[in-house]
Amino acid sequence: MNAANLFGVCSATLVGLGLYGLIIHPQPLRKILAFNLLGSGVFLLFGVVARRGAAAGMGGDPVPQALVITGIVVAFSATALAVALLLKLDRETGRTTLNANGSKTPSNNMPRESADS
Amino acid sequence: MTIASALYIALAILVLALAGWTIFARDDYAAIVGFVTYGLLLSLVWVSLSALDIALTEVAIGGGVTGVLLLEAGARLRGVPVPTGVERPGIIQRVSAAMLCTLVSLGLALTVWILPEPAPTLAPSVAANLAATEMGNPVGAVLLAYRALDTVLESAVLPLALIGVWSLASDRFWGGRPGFQNRVDREGILVFLAQLLPPFGVLMGIYIVLIGADRPGGKFQGGTILAAMWILTRMAGITDTPPINRRWLRIVLIAGPAVFLAVGLAGFVFPGTFLAYPPGFAKPIILIIEAAMTPSIAVALALLLAGPPERKPNE
Repeated sequence: MNAANLFGVCSATLVGLGLYGLIIHPQPLRKILAFNLLGSGVFLLFGVVARRGAAAGMGGDPVPQALVITGIVVAFSATALAVALLLKLDRETGRTTLNANGSKTPSNNMPRESADS
Repeated sequence: MTIASALYIALAILVLALAGWTIFARDDYAAIVGFVTYGLLLSLVWVSLSALDIALTEVAIGGGVTGVLLLEAGARLRGVPVPTGVERPGIIQRVSAAMLCTLVSLGLALTVWILPEPAPTLAPSVAANLAATEMGNPVGAVLLAYRALDTVLESAVLPLALIGVWSLASDRFWGGRPGFQNRVDREGILVFLAQLLPPFGVLMGIYIVLIGADRPGGKFQGGTILAAMWILTRMAGITDTPPINRRWLRIVLIAGPAVFLAVGLAGFVFPGTFLAYPPGFAKPIILIIEAAMTPSIAVALALLLAGPPERKPNE
């Protein structure tokens, strides 16, 4: 088994693990983590395809490699935005849930923003 | 089995174990720590796939900056009630999700094994045209010459994400300073490191940007190291985030993408298409773009990490 095939199987497993976490975790923070894991699995799969295309004295096809670099930066931007949204949700409602029924703030749970102003 | 393949197998097992930990750990904070470690190890996987440029990006952005972002979020969300009852998926839901995900994984793994031999590749055409760009790093040449359009769009994503983050500010803090002022022990190890490391870090960051044209490196990797140095001094309370309504800040943020876009538009005049560089001038133009983009990337990354403004400008 060469490195490309080995890490190909590894990336496929990462995608599966990430997808599972994305589906079953109710906490948004864990969903963000799982989504990043899923993304890195996809990047790695692309890296394996690049490695298989090694030619002309290069260790891998530089075109997919460059696209993965772009992907990592974009994934970070999306994660930063998601985390900011999550912290805002926590500040506004005092809890972090994506459940529409659960977001109704109970009377004993004052929104933090109005509490500290 | 050679030593190399034994190492690869050990690395793959370790990466998968950490990924499993990230998903299955009960404590959110423990899961985040697992994810940061996973990001660092993943960069070793990239090295074994001969993708040094990606390894640098992964260790700097995927593991480093994303890690700090998530650790800070995890620390702030500690004590928030964990969803219970109806929100927790039942056993049937878990099993069917596991089956679906196993199916996806098996499908992907099978696809990797039956990919065509020899694999299609653009490496020869990149190598054939590398001389025209006068660059020695093929990945850098793809990013800034052959697929420069992707990189232009990507450079616009960072300010866009930042606008998204800033727009979450409360009205009364608009134009203020992002994040809290950290109060730390003046004699502590963090302050010591924040005074010791930045000169070396800044040097290293600039070096990685400069060699990016010929060796693995470039503006994203180098810019991230520069951002990390700023973040370190901010966490130690030595520097503070600037109020987001400062004009110099906004100019630095926009300068990189603006220069890149201006070069692209100038390509319409000569030699005739968007983002085409005049023959013989590719290298200097690429270096100008890199130089303009680096501060923009560093500032955008550091501010994305700092989050929306939470204090008034004079606080």
